[in-house]
Amino acid sequence: MIPAPFDYVRAGSVDEVVAALTEHGDEAKVIAGGMSLLPLMKLRLATPTVLIDAGRLDDLSYVRDAGDHVAIGALTRHRDLETSALLGEACGVLRGVAAEVGDNQVRHRGTLGGSVAHGDPASDLPAVLLALDATFVAQGPSGQREFAAGEFFEGFLETALAPDELLTEVRVPKTGPNGWAYQKFNRRAQDWAIVGAVALTADGTTRVALVNMGATPLRADGVEAALVAGATPEAAAQHAAEGTEAPADLNASSEYREHLARVLVRRALEGART
Amino acid sequence: MEILITVNGRDEGHAVEPRTLLVQYLREACGLTGTKVGCDTSSCGACTVLVDGESVKSCTMLAAQADGCAVTTIEGLADGPELHAMQQAFQENHGLQCGFCTAGMVMAAVSLLEEIPNPTESDVRLGLEGNLCRCTGYHNIVKAVLAAAGSK
Repeated sequence: MIPAPFDYVRAGSVDEVVAALTEHGDEAKVIAGGMSLLPLMKLRLATPTVLIDAGRLDDLSYVRDAGDHVAIGALTRHRDLETSALLGEACGVLRGVAAEVGDNQVRHRGTLGGSVAHGDPASDLPAVLLALDATFVAQGPSGQREFAAGEFFEGFLETALAPDELLTEVRVPKTGPNGWAYQKFNRRAQDWAIVGAVALTADGTTRVALVNMGATPLRADGVEAALVAGATPEAAAQHAAEGTEAPADLNASSEYREHLARVLVRRALEGART
Repeated sequence: MEILITVNGRDEGHAVEPRTLLVQYLREACGLTGTKVGCDTSSCGACTVLVDGESVKSCTMLAAQADGCAVTTIEGLADGPELHAMQQAFQENHGLQCGFCTAGMVMAAVSLLEEIPNPTESDVRLGLEGNLCRCTGYHNIVKAVLAAAGSK
């Protein structure tokens, strides 16, 4: 399977990416590692006529201590996240879940920014960033914009990024090394999650987010509210499917996904306590 | 577009369409057919090669993305008649049957040992999760990788 023809633009800087996006608009797609985009292009589900390769922007690959938060360049690969000592200390949940993305080969190529900008509700890391209340930074022709993670994911593969903006940085709070758990249910080792659940306890509150339970990654608001009201993890987890619109496909019906969400959230909550 | 990739230590420059996949480049432009196309959807790992020393699935990378990089394929492992330690270990431990996954499996295993030189059995099984084998049930593959790690 070969992608449809396209013009290839190799960008040497963020400004070049933005200039190319401004010139080509909707016809263009930015490629980083390509782990999400290339499979879609091979299946001709995505047919950009211009492909802007941002993969060489090495200055966007970093994990940096920025005082009250950790700043991560959009081009930072999953491999770099899962081996980052700084992240292990400051935000263990992101490092730990990065190690669960795809397989080694995928993590050698795939990037954090690519995963976020792609906006796939079945991806592992967007849900984690939602639970972390991360901030996303994008560069466009008229300057920089910041987005709260909770306002970023708008629909299936749709984000708040404008067609001429490039995601450049992800900022996560320092939640420490522990106090989190991720539960991913799939059929084959390297598959997308049929359902995933992340629980994170930090500053005395517990946040819970869901993978593949709707058109976007979702916060499990009902679970979080029940915990605040004093419910046990087991009782709180019963609220996991509230407000979700779980998809139905070959792997699972919506009802089965709702059941999985309740089970996985309970396990994640129990895991995050230890 | 003109692309130059150092493949198994040799400069390979070819004019290709931008949409050319790395695996096509290796098989069709360079004539190196040891790298197989299996599922063609980045699931099975049969097309695994090393790009700058790290395993990648060459069916899901554009040749253009590897422009200027160093690529190692299964043909680049042996030193003349002398098999690479991983190839030798696969042979001695019967780590293959039909052989279709083997090139990718060996390349993924070489990359894995670069990252984890002394892996546990569980490290090996997890580290090869991106490579599917339909013959062996994996046991002898895991044995081979552990043997190769021990022989270093």
